[in-house]
Amino acid sequence: MRFDDEPLVSGEHLPIRSDHDSRGRLERVLRAGVFAVTAELAPPDSSYPEEVYNRAAMFDGHVDAINATDGSGANCHMSSVAMCALLTRRGYSMVMQISARDRNRIAIQGDVLGAAALGVCNILCLTGDGVEVGDHPEAKPVFDLDCMSMLNMVRGMRDDGQFLSGRKLTSPPELFLGAAANPFGPPLDYRPHRLAKKVAAGAEFVQTQYCFDLEKFRNYMSAVRDLGVHEKVYILAGVGPLASARSAEWIRTNVPGVHIPDNIIRRLQGADKQNEEGVNICIDMINELKEIEGVHGVHIMAYRQEHRVVEIVERSNVLEGRELWHPGVARDEEPALS
Amino acid sequence: MPEYVHNHGPCEQSVTIHRMRSWSVRNARWLEVVYGGFELVLRTINPVFRLIGYKRLDKLFVAVEKIIKVSLFDSQSCGQCILSVTGMSCPMNCPKKIRNGPCGGVHVDGTCEVDPHMPCVWVLAWEGNKRLRVDEYPIQIVQPPVDHRLLGTSAWMHMLQRETQPISSQTTANNEV
Ligand code: SF4
Repeated sequence: MRFDDEPLVSGEHLPIRSDHDSRGRLERVLRAGVFAVTAELAPPDSSYPEEVYNRAAMFDGHVDAINATDGSGANCHMSSVAMCALLTRRGYSMVMQISARDRNRIAIQGDVLGAAALGVCNILCLTGDGVEVGDHPEAKPVFDLDCMSMLNMVRGMRDDGQFLSGRKLTSPPELFLGAAANPFGPPLDYRPHRLAKKVAAGAEFVQTQYCFDLEKFRNYMSAVRDLGVHEKVYILAGVGPLASARSAEWIRTNVPGVHIPDNIIRRLQGADKQNEEGVNICIDMINELKEIEGVHGVHIMAYRQEHRVVEIVERSNVLEGRELWHPGVARDEEPALS
Repeated sequence: MPEYVHNHGPCEQSVTIHRMRSWSVRNARWLEVVYGGFELVLRTINPVFRLIGYKRLDKLFVAVEKIIKVSLFDSQSCGQCILSVTGMSCPMNCPKKIRNGPCGGVHVDGTCEVDPHMPCVWVLAWEGNKRLRVDEYPIQIVQPPVDHRLLGTSAWMHMLQRETQPISSQTTANNEV
């Protein structure tokens, strides 16, 4: 998507607008009131930059921003800051996830400054899964901060131009701040209030856990609207393709926080090609979610099925004809957003 | 997963502890009143404490506070108590040490993501909050990160000292709400 103040060199940052916090495309798209699409990308188990570029290229022209996960599921991968650094230089709009599990406040603040210097415009603060579920269960869980205190801290760096200690920064980071939300975890009646609290702590956008239970999500959104929170934060609903009924069963018993209702599993079981049906379910979800008031976009998490994201975006027509910027796209070819 | 990680089953002692935690939350309303009253008494006699000297009283305070809070709330003595915010559920029992919970991983039955043998302390905190006589839930206040210098010290002592010291000499400036 091209803006009227697009930089001359394709891939460089956009100028910052007076009412914006960052130079990033994600903030631009959301504040323009467009239904946004983001996707998650796990950094590789590799030190080879081409692997990062190849992975990101899978989404070219189909997503507004890419989330770089930070040791998701408490498994070890390339750091999110490094993956973001590689990709922002090519012009990608990155959402850098930071988990409170692995680093203390000194390390995180250092990374926030470093990431901003490397061109990262969006940071998403997470508490993180416990080390017990990952591949290094014997590791020391840090949890010096939690997602809320981290949000508050990063916002303080941006808005007050200071570290948590009060020491001044010479140049504060320009960042659009995000958080995660799980509308499906107990206590269900607290979850909308928790979203309000994240907004109070500094969240400007949230990406939710996988939505497979539309009824629960609709109830959640109606409570969110009652609190007026949907007007203060951009909500991107989480979706993703399930590979098979068996993998859905595995996910719901083993991945913390993911709720998959029985009817979804039955729908997968009844299909000839279960992985195709997984994609169909994902597309149906997107179309339903798009209609819910207060939902500003979708966040596609297709772990190990990243190659299916393009198909999901195209078949659901979620972009509604929008052409997205990606490296290599010639400047003139992009239609301007009027 | 290595055995030593998750081998703590629901032994008798932990079942009793979890029952007690649930009990304090169910009774959050009056416990909070009594607790608030107790703090008021401490504040009232604060001049006496000051005369005796906080340093001399420190050990006594730590011991008394521990006995009361551990027995009632399974407190972990973080020295910066927020029980009145959490509906009397001690947040330091959360394996992720979250001061602003609950996390997204709580199991469907309300048990903890990390330790499925215990109820999530923040699910309890929300239950406790709903029982408090207030208009705004205190759980909604964004809590600052833990000041690790205060672990194992007396939160009451800090409260009393704060009342008598000028703001500028307080050590926890960046840890206030
Ligand atoms: S489930 Fe509750 S007690 Fe367990 S880690 Fe999450 S917030 Fe803490």
